[in-house]
Amino acid sequence: MYGQFKTIDEANRAVIDKIVSGAPFLVDVVPAKSVIKELNGKVLLHAGPPIKWENMTSPMQGSCVGATLFEGWAANADEAFKMLENGEIEFIPCHHVNAVGPMGGITSGSMPVLVVENRDGGNQAYCTMNEGIGAVLRFGAYSEEVINRLGWFRDVLGPTLSKAIKVKGDGLNVNVMIAKAITMGDEFHQRNIAGSLIFLKDLVPYILQTDATDQEKQDVIQFLADTDQFFLNVAMATTKAVMDTAREIQHGTVVTAMCRNGHEFGIRIAGMGDQWFTAPVNTPQGLFFTGYDQDMACPDMGDSAITETYGVGGMAMIAAPGVTRFVGAGGMDDAVSTSNDMMEICIDHNPNFSIPTWDFKGSCLGIDARKVVETGIEPVINTGIAHKEAGVGQIGAGTVRAPLACFEKAIDAYAVKLGLIDPQ
Amino acid sequence: MLYTIVKQNSYQDSVNLMLLTNKISTMEGINKVQIMMGTPANKDILKAAGLYTDELEGAASNDMCIVVDTDSEEKIQEVLDETDNYLNNQAIASGKEAFETVRSWDKATNALPGANLAIISTPGQYAAEEAEKALDRDMHVLIFSDNVTVEDERRIKEKAHEKGLLVMGPDCGTAVVSGVPLAFANVMKTGKIGVIGASGTGIQEVTTEIDRLGAGVSHAIGTGGRDLNDKIGAITMLDGIKALAQHSQTEVITLISKPPAKEVRDEVVQLLQSISKPVVAIFLGEEPHNHEGNVYYANTLEETAAIAVDLAKGNPIKSNYNSLQDEVPAVNLKPEQKTIKGLYSGGTLGYEAATLISSGLNYDNSGAHEEGYLLNANGFEVIDLGDDIYTQGKPHPMIDPDTRIQYFQKAAQDESTAIILFDLVLGYGSHEDMAGALIPGIEKIQKDAQAKGKEIYFVASVCGTDQDPQGIDEQKAKLEKAGVILRDSNNQAVLTALAMLDIQIEEVQKEVVPAKETAPVEITVSEAIQKLLTEKPNVVNVGLKKFTEAITANGGRVVQYDWRPVAGGNARLRKVLSVLR
Repeated sequence: MYGQFKTIDEANRAVIDKIVSGAPFLVDVVPAKSVIKELNGKVLLHAGPPIKWENMTSPMQGSCVGATLFEGWAANADEAFKMLENGEIEFIPCHHVNAVGPMGGITSGSMPVLVVENRDGGNQAYCTMNEGIGAVLRFGAYSEEVINRLGWFRDVLGPTLSKAIKVKGDGLNVNVMIAKAITMGDEFHQRNIAGSLIFLKDLVPYILQTDATDQEKQDVIQFLADTDQFFLNVAMATTKAVMDTAREIQHGTVVTAMCRNGHEFGIRIAGMGDQWFTAPVNTPQGLFFTGYDQDMACPDMGDSAITETYGVGGMAMIAAPGVTRFVGAGGMDDAVSTSNDMMEICIDHNPNFSIPTWDFKGSCLGIDARKVVETGIEPVINTGIAHKEAGVGQIGAGTVRAPLACFEKAIDAYAVKLGLIDPQ
Repeated sequence: MLYTIVKQNSYQDSVNLMLLTNKISTMEGINKVQIMMGTPANKDILKAAGLYTDELEGAASNDMCIVVDTDSEEKIQEVLDETDNYLNNQAIASGKEAFETVRSWDKATNALPGANLAIISTPGQYAAEEAEKALDRDMHVLIFSDNVTVEDERRIKEKAHEKGLLVMGPDCGTAVVSGVPLAFANVMKTGKIGVIGASGTGIQEVTTEIDRLGAGVSHAIGTGGRDLNDKIGAITMLDGIKALAQHSQTEVITLISKPPAKEVRDEVVQLLQSISKPVVAIFLGEEPHNHEGNVYYANTLEETAAIAVDLAKGNPIKSNYNSLQDEVPAVNLKPEQKTIKGLYSGGTLGYEAATLISSGLNYDNSGAHEEGYLLNANGFEVIDLGDDIYTQGKPHPMIDPDTRIQYFQKAAQDESTAIILFDLVLGYGSHEDMAGALIPGIEKIQKDAQAKGKEIYFVASVCGTDQDPQGIDEQKAKLEKAGVILRDSNNQAVLTALAMLDIQIEEVQKEVVPAKETAPVEITVSEAIQKLLTEKPNVVNVGLKKFTEAITANGGRVVQYDWRPVAGGNARLRKVLSVLR
């Protein structure tokens, strides 16, 4: 019934073994269309499960406009809106083409993407690079500043990082960076400052050896130094690459993807392969910059919940004491109890990522959809909060829960597929 | 107007500053405020919020920037003081608990690997399922929940018996295992008397009386009220008696039950007579006339405790322990004041009162009763206010005084009422100061009665020990001060109330006669049950969190399982989960 496995528990164990044995390496930074063939037409990738233009949030629509302008498909924003409204541009979920995208997740062919290879599975995953904070495409801004930065990514940042990685030779071992950074207070969703620092430290010697101009080297290093969340996108591509290998075991109830498009939250479980199980997204709760409040918060967006699927992010709240107070202005005890709660819905600890503040227990490993439904404990996701109007950008940060209904639908469908229960 | 303060080289984490900003923004007279480090990105945010000022131009990434929009300049100093105060007091107060809290059985057993007892206080319809999960994990179970079907009870107890485990309950309100009080339980001296009972307040009355008489209890095992029902067949009672029989520190066994079905009674008595230890048994409502062999039969809970204590101390057994001991207070009653109203929080105490009063009145009280009435004859009433009918949507009268006060008032309005008789049950789980909570109601009734030129007397007993969290002496002192006539046991309280109305009960003198010959029962006890009786229990507390307190305070270890219905109680999803095991 469960393929080569005798029980669901055995299948689940095989999936989490694949997560533990994952060997992710950052091997290149390349134009998206060179690795994602679908992006050679008028196509945009977006975060979350499939969505239509009319259901997109305003920030996601703003990102689409930005990408349309960046690709030169439209001369101005009005034109871009028209094209998008008329259906002239096709949308594909990032997840369907081995990619993940932050917030709106809008990715076009000319944008450079990080390439992470899982040497355990031989597959690759892609993610755009972090633009910093303020006016950025992922929050729906499409001003000239945003388009110009994307141009610099395409022309300077991407190529320079690519060269530096090639000077290094066999790629950057991301597991090592994650293992170090988790002991330095990162959980890889809300907080990536240690990971970004390690990335900078590891890469600068190679950047200096590239044939980029001194000004370019200066600018690239400065950008990496300024961008605290740069490593988030590395972590996203990494966790996607590992979860996709684990997803090849098409049995059991381990959650293999969680993502949101501002309209719906979607999950996949191993036993149901590529099928999405969706429910309306929640809106994140958290702390807001002055002038902004909960009423202005955009519903939950982004593929970044792939980090929680892997067992970090909100699942590893206890690793990041510096950001624990986003869980409701509590202290370490709240963080411990959040992570302990998350272990109620996970199968094991990941021995690769030992967390000092958690008595050196490993990060959460393998969210079991059955346990989520049984206990009613929804996975917690740490997240930035976008303004619900395009272009305003990030207005706060906090947490949001994966809706229980996704998990209920997934295990119901799995039981039906196995013929253990009649369809409802 | 915007004011800007730049504190140079004063780095703070952004989360801290967001919390600080939230706090300052609630101060009076502040229109808007933002506190951020002076990074270029943050300056953009300040611009977007309309809070950018020229002074920010020179601020660097390590400078803390405070921008305040206020109409009064004096506010600035207040903001600065509050900022310093906040940053200097960032430690978050946290109360550490002595136990872990979990949300599933797996985590519970991980958190407490030696767990050997589960207390289950979930809603009744889920209790059987959770009890089985505990049995599957080789744990003994105390089911506090009621509303478990007889069929479920039978199945669970058979399963437990086969596995060598003990199921206390359902509807088991109290137990003491190896000195650890469980659920609603009193704290008492440890000693040689092992108690097993099918009645919660029956166990409490007997064990606290044993404590008062200077002896101690080894264990008090609750079986649940239906265990001696013919549909259950005393599965827990029989296993529990065997366990106490083999427990070397237990020298006297005490059994408390309502009269069981005939076949069940015979089986229990046969077992009792096979034991080499002396046994005291009370089948509430029966009127025994003899002791038989090693089995001493008692008429009241007070006598049960007294015989047990004399046996434990090696004293000769008297033929009767039921006599009224204290002087009868003089009374001043109107001619129409002829009745007693018993208003009880403990069901068994009420039952005993009803039995004794019926006996005094020569009234046959064997008929059926309704609405929690234990006795309703010629104006004499005894009501169990802990009966389901009085606790629908209301707390139990051991926890909440309101229902009791209301019924006190109702009783006082009855012209025939001379005496209001009641109990006060102490121990873990009960109200922290029930005496103090009842006194205003009592004093008001006395005052109103005196205004009408008459007296209404309150007679009570307090079921508790000096080690209970409430402290029995303080509770008694409060009641006495309010004019309540207090007696040491429920029996004495009832006899006193009757005597105040010139009603006496005929006393029975009991002699020891040889027991009828029966085939001895073989006594074997599982290792798991032996362990339960020799070590402090490691408890998984499923449900009511307040039960953890008594356990940790008395040397037991506990993990709290914050129970919720599986899959939110959704039937389809429960089915799905069960097929996906």
